[in-house]
Amino acid sequence: MRPWIEKQRYLIDYTLAALARRKARNLGLLAVYALLVFMLASVSLFGQALRQEAAAVLADSPEVILQRLVAGRHDLIPPGYLEKIGRIRGVQHQQGRLWGYYYDPVSKANYTLLVPAAEAPAPGHLRLGATLARERGLQAGQPLSLRSYGGKLFTFTVDEVLPASSELISADLVLLGEADFRAFFDYPAGHYTDIALSVANPQEVRNVAAKLSAALPDARPILREEMRRTYASLLDWREGIALALLAAALLAFAILAWEKASGLSADERREIGILKAIGWETGDVLRMKLWEGLLISFSAFLLGLVGAYVHVFHFGARLFEPVLKGWAVLYPRFTLVPQLDGLQLFTLFFFTVVPYTAAVLVPIWRAAIIDPDAAMRG
Amino acid sequence: MTRRPSARFGAFLAVLLLLFLSMLADARRLAPPRQQEQAARAALVQQLGLSDLALFTEARYTRHLSLADLHSPFQDHPLALDHFPSGSVVPPPPARLPHYAPLDRETTLPD
Amino acid sequence: MIQLTDIHKAFNQGQHNEYWALSGIDLELEARRVTAFQGPSGSGKTSLLTIVGCLARPTRGRVRLHGEDISGLPERFLTEIRRRTFGFVFQQFNLIRGLSALDNVMLPAYPEGKPHAELLQRAEVLLARLQLGHRRHARVEWLSGGEQQRVAIARALINDPEVIIADEPTANLDTTLSKQFLAILEELSGEGRTVLLTSHDPLVIKSSAVHRVVGLRDGRLCGD
Ligand SMILES: Nc1ncnc2c1ncn2[C@@H]1O[C@H](COP(=O)(O)OP(=O)(O)OP(=O)(O)O)[C@@H](O)[C@H]1O
Ligand SMILES: [Mg+2]
Repeated sequence: MRPWIEKQRYLIDYTLAALARRKARNLGLLAVYALLVFMLASVSLFGQALRQEAAAVLADSPEVILQRLVAGRHDLIPPGYLEKIGRIRGVQHQQGRLWGYYYDPVSKANYTLLVPAAEAPAPGHLRLGATLARERGLQAGQPLSLRSYGGKLFTFTVDEVLPASSELISADLVLLGEADFRAFFDYPAGHYTDIALSVANPQEVRNVAAKLSAALPDARPILREEMRRTYASLLDWREGIALALLAAALLAFAILAWEKASGLSADERREIGILKAIGWETGDVLRMKLWEGLLISFSAFLLGLVGAYVHVFHFGARLFEPVLKGWAVLYPRFTLVPQLDGLQLFTLFFFTVVPYTAAVLVPIWRAAIIDPDAAMRG
Repeated sequence: MTRRPSARFGAFLAVLLLLFLSMLADARRLAPPRQQEQAARAALVQQLGLSDLALFTEARYTRHLSLADLHSPFQDHPLALDHFPSGSVVPPPPARLPHYAPLDRETTLPD
Repeated sequence: MIQLTDIHKAFNQGQHNEYWALSGIDLELEARRVTAFQGPSGSGKTSLLTIVGCLARPTRGRVRLHGEDISGLPERFLTEIRRRTFGFVFQQFNLIRGLSALDNVMLPAYPEGKPHAELLQRAEVLLARLQLGHRRHARVEWLSGGEQQRVAIARALINDPEVIIADEPTANLDTTLSKQFLAILEELSGEGRTVLLTSHDPLVIKSSAVHRVVGLRDGRLCGD
C-alpha cells in the first residue's frame, strides 16, 4: 500500500511541476473553470432553493380560486355566485376576495391592493409590503396619499409595514379595509374579484372543480395543485434558460479544454516518449494525466461551489437580479433557505469534473502508446 | 529545501476542503432561522390567501402568474411571449393548458 | 550477460517502404565491460541499442538477459526490466525542460514508489558526485551542454542499473568534455557496470576505457 501511495504522490509531484512551468496560463485556466462552476452552481442552487421556497410558501394558498371569465377575460364575480357555490357538495368554505392593481405614478410601480379576509385595517388605514415602503420611504405612522383611477385623492395612514423577511410574497402589497377598497376603486357593491374555496376532502378537489365548471359555466376554477405546478415548471424553465445561456460558456470552455488537451504539442509528445523510455509504463503516464485532470477540476469545483453558495445564500444571488427583476421597480430582497442535497452536489460534481478529466485524458491515450524508442531518435 | 509540490497542493486542497466543510456547517447554521422566516411567510400566505410570489411585479400577468388570463400574456397566440423581459422567460403555464385545450385549439388552428 | 540471436529489425514491415535496419545479428555481450558499436551512419547502431535496452522488440530473433528470453515478454514486464536493468544516456540528453536538475534525475524512480527522503538523498549524492551539487535546483535548460549530459548520466544511474546504454554520448561535446565523459565512463565500469555505447568518435573508439569495439555495416556485424 505505501509504495502505491508514494507512487501516486510522485505522479502528482510531476504533474504539478509540469503545470507550474506555465503558471499564469494554468492558473488562468483554473480561474475560468472555477468561474464556470460558480455560474452553474449558482443557477442550480438558486433554482433549487426558489423551487423549494415556492412549494413551501404556497403550500397553504387557497385550494381553489374561482374566476369569472367574460369574453375570455377575467371579470368581476357578480352577486349570487357565492350562494350558488354554497349549494355544491364538497365545498367546505367559500370566500369572496377583493384585490386589484394600482399603478402609482410617484414610484412608477404597480401595487397589489388587497383586502385581507381577517384583521383588515380600519378605515383610512393601511398595511404595506416592505419593498414598497422602502421604495416610497414610508414608515408606520406616516400618511400615504394615492390618487384613485377616478381622479380622487385618498389619504391613508400607514399602520404597519409587513416584516422585511416576507418581501418575497408581500413586496407590493397594500392591505386595506373593504370599505376603503370599494371606495378607492369605485368597486360595485356585492361584487368580488374572485372566490377562494376550500374543499372538505382533498381527494375530491378535481370532482368539485368539475362540478363548479358545470354549475357556473362562465367560471374557471384554478386549483392550488395547478398553481404550484405552474411555479415548479416556471422555475424549471427559467433555470433551463439560464443553463442554455451558460451552455455557450460551457462550449467555449470545452473548446479551451480540448485545445489545451488535444493540441498535444510536439514538446509534450516528446516528454511522454522520454518518460516511457526511462521506465514509465503507459499506465503511469495516463495516471499522471488523470491526476492533472482531477486536481484541476476538483479544485475548480470546490472553489466554484463555495463561491456560488456564498453568492446565493449570503448575497441574495445578486448577479441574477437583473435577469429576474426585469423592469420591475419593486424587487423584493429575500433570503432563501440553504438547500444542499447530495444528489444536486453530485450532479454538479459529475458534470464539471468528469468532462474535463476526460478531455484531458482522451488525447493522451493516443499519445501514450507512442513507442518508447522514439526517445532515441532526435 | 523547498517542499514537494504535492505537499503544497495538499495544503491548498485542505484549505478548499475546509471551505467546503464550513459551507456545509454554515448551511446547517443558517437553515433553522431561515426556515422560521419561511414558516412566517407561509403563515402570511395562508392568512391573506395569496397565490403567488411577488418576484415579477411589472405587469399583472407576471405578478399573479397562477391567476393570469390564459390569453392575456399571450395576446396573439397562447405561445407568443410578448412581455420583455419577463415575457421572454415566462412560458404559458403548462399545467393549465390541458384545462383549456378547446380554446387553444381554436387559436392554433388556421382559419 | 546479454545474448542476441539472429536479430532482425524491419521498419514499416509489409509496406512499400519496408526497410530492414538489422539483418541477422548474433552477439554475446559480457558483463562489467565497456562495449562500443562503430559503423557508418544508417548501419543500425541505434536500432541495435533500442533492442538491447528493451525500448523496442526485434522483428525476428531472441534477446536473452541473464539467460532468460525477454523478447516475448508483455509490455509491462519489459518496462520494468528496462527501468531496473538499464540506464539511458541519449544523444540529445532528452531532459524534461522546465524541471530542475534534481527532478529530472529522480524521474526514472517515480514508478518504483520508494520513500521520498531516500530517493532525494540518492539523487543529491549522484549530482554531487558528478560535480553538479551546486546546480541541482537549476532548470535544465539553463545548464551547459556538459552539465546537461552529466544530469542525464545521473538520471541513468538513479535506479542503480547494471547496464548503461549511451547513444553517441560525445557527439555534442568538445574534446575536453569528451575526455571528461571518458573519465566518468571508466569510473562506471570500475564500479562493475556494463556499458554499451555507439560512437563515430575516434577519441572514444581508441580510448583505453573501451574494452571492446563491435563494427556494424548495413545491419550486419563486421568484425570486432
Ligand atoms: N522509425 C523508423 N522508420 C523507418 N526507418 C527507420 C526508422 N528508424 C530507423 N530507420 C532506418 O534504419 C536504419 C538504421 O538506423 P539507425 O538509427 O539504427 O542507424 P545508426 O547506425 O544509428 O545511424 P547514425 O550513426 O546516423 O545514428 C537507417 O537507414 C534509418 O533510416
Ligand atoms: Mg544512431
